[in-house]
Amino acid sequence: MTALAQTWPLTLRDLRAFLRQPWYVAITLVQPIIWLLLFGALFKSIANVPGFTGGSYVDFLAPGIVIMVALFSSGWNGMATIQDLDRGVMDRLLVTPVRRSSLIAGRIANGAFNIAVQSVVIVGLALLVGADFSNGIVGALVLIGVAALLGMAFAAFSNGIALLARKEETLIGLVQFIVLPLSFTSATFMQQDLMPGWMQKISRYNPVNWAVEAGRNAATGSLNWGYIGVRAGLLALLLVAATAFATRAFRSYQRSV
Amino acid sequence: MNTAIEATGLVKTYPGDVRALDGLTFGVAEGSIFGLLGPNGAGKSTAVKILTTLSRADEGMARVGGHDVRRDAERVRRTIGVVAQKAGVDPDATGRENLVLQGQLFGMSGREVQARADELLGSFGLADAGRRAVRTYSGGMQRRLDIATALVHRPSVLFLDEPTTGLDPEVRAEMWGEIARLNEQEGLTILLTTHYLEEADRLAARLAIVDRGRVVAEGSPAELKGGLHGEALQLELAADAADELARTALLELPEVREVAGEGRWVRARVDDGARAIPAVLQSLDGRGIAVSSVTISRPSLDDVYLRLTGRTFDHAGSDAGSAQTRPGHEMVEVS
Repeated sequence: MTALAQTWPLTLRDLRAFLRQPWYVAITLVQPIIWLLLFGALFKSIANVPGFTGGSYVDFLAPGIVIMVALFSSGWNGMATIQDLDRGVMDRLLVTPVRRSSLIAGRIANGAFNIAVQSVVIVGLALLVGADFSNGIVGALVLIGVAALLGMAFAAFSNGIALLARKEETLIGLVQFIVLPLSFTSATFMQQDLMPGWMQKISRYNPVNWAVEAGRNAATGSLNWGYIGVRAGLLALLLVAATAFATRAFRSYQRSV
Repeated sequence: MNTAIEATGLVKTYPGDVRALDGLTFGVAEGSIFGLLGPNGAGKSTAVKILTTLSRADEGMARVGGHDVRRDAERVRRTIGVVAQKAGVDPDATGRENLVLQGQLFGMSGREVQARADELLGSFGLADAGRRAVRTYSGGMQRRLDIATALVHRPSVLFLDEPTTGLDPEVRAEMWGEIARLNEQEGLTILLTTHYLEEADRLAARLAIVDRGRVVAEGSPAELKGGLHGEALQLELAADAADELARTALLELPEVREVAGEGRWVRARVDDGARAIPAVLQSLDGRGIAVSSVTISRPSLDDVYLRLTGRTFDHAGSDAGSAQTRPGHEMVEVS
């Protein structure tokens, strides 16, 4: 109860700060559209590759883009923490009785909200350009839920790094270093069994791939609850681990002040 | 009288063997204003960070409101309000939002926190600005909001780390009034750090002079100044270049105990100012040094600091020189 009572006002604070930057809101909404249309056009002929079983490429790509956008936007979640560190806001928060875990939870809840909105935009646009979400609203909701799970885990990780590095440049560098390779070694753009063998092996341990597989199965696949559940469970474990990491990172920061 | 803040033998070393605190010990009586006075880099902010549970001491013990800062951090946090050197309010949020968030983090209910925010905005002269983003506030308004934010949960001990640094003189005087009011009317215990001698003299009932992480003197401003016998003689020379010569000349006089100063300003400690003046003027005149003014005053905290550390206050800190009282320019009279 305390945790929720502390987390909600912090989430609200981040949400308000976000909504007060109209350009940032616009970019957040437009960027997923560009990804979907750009990659949709670029990789369209993948649907003609022998062995591709995903139906039309946009059916295949849309869930992947939902996951990719969740990953990209949550990577930057720690920027707000760096800003708070620079402005002295964090120091003030840390001498209130607020729990460190609530500080992280507030940030990632705001991240989850952003992901939900972006995902709805992508799904809507995908439907417009002819994607077929065969499992209807349930499938789409599971996809968005899985995207939020992955996004929250990365948001927590991003905040942990922010507290350790305390520099925007470091966070930007690290996020870029991690996010693209994770996307490209997953089944976001390419069907798994058409990927090189070594990449298929790597992708099994790639959380982004867990999310893509679960989300795609839910939205446009067989809606296999066991298959989805295992991957969502792994993502939930990752979220717990990343939150624990970020919560502990406060100690490192407080040792430095 | 109960002790609200108690620091015993605090030691803090930062990487690179920077010893910020080196056995800092002092106590603050409940309901009083206590000043930690020292130049930048003396360890004042480090002390505040440890006492407010943000940082941890390597050695030593500290209690605030009777609670150990290490073992009972949560209770200490509920007891204290903190205004750090760097403004801690969120510039993207409105003044009211800052206050409400703070209250909510202390577990105050919705209605309670709204009423408290109204009350504080009113008493800090921010009623009209409450719904504006803090980034549009002036420096003085931001500082006031900073203090208001620290008071939302009605703490009994308030920490003010350099509360008037960066404010213009008019706003600083206003802030002094505010701080005194909080102490007198609300009965708050206040720990104030400052590198403004005048500020410590004006506000603090007791103060500790901190140098290189240790307390080098503690007492009321009057006691500390009383420890210096005699009076301060302050001379303004007519020409810039003569100060070295003037100091040498004065040191030869039996009436003069100590000499310091820079540029056109020379300051000497004498037993009896009225008696020393003729001898001083005669000696300078004999060497062809023209004097444009002479002032006699009781010793200021400047003199105390100089005496204790062997350095003038201006030159003690690395970047302390720009904004503070220059020795000799402002004398603080004690009656």
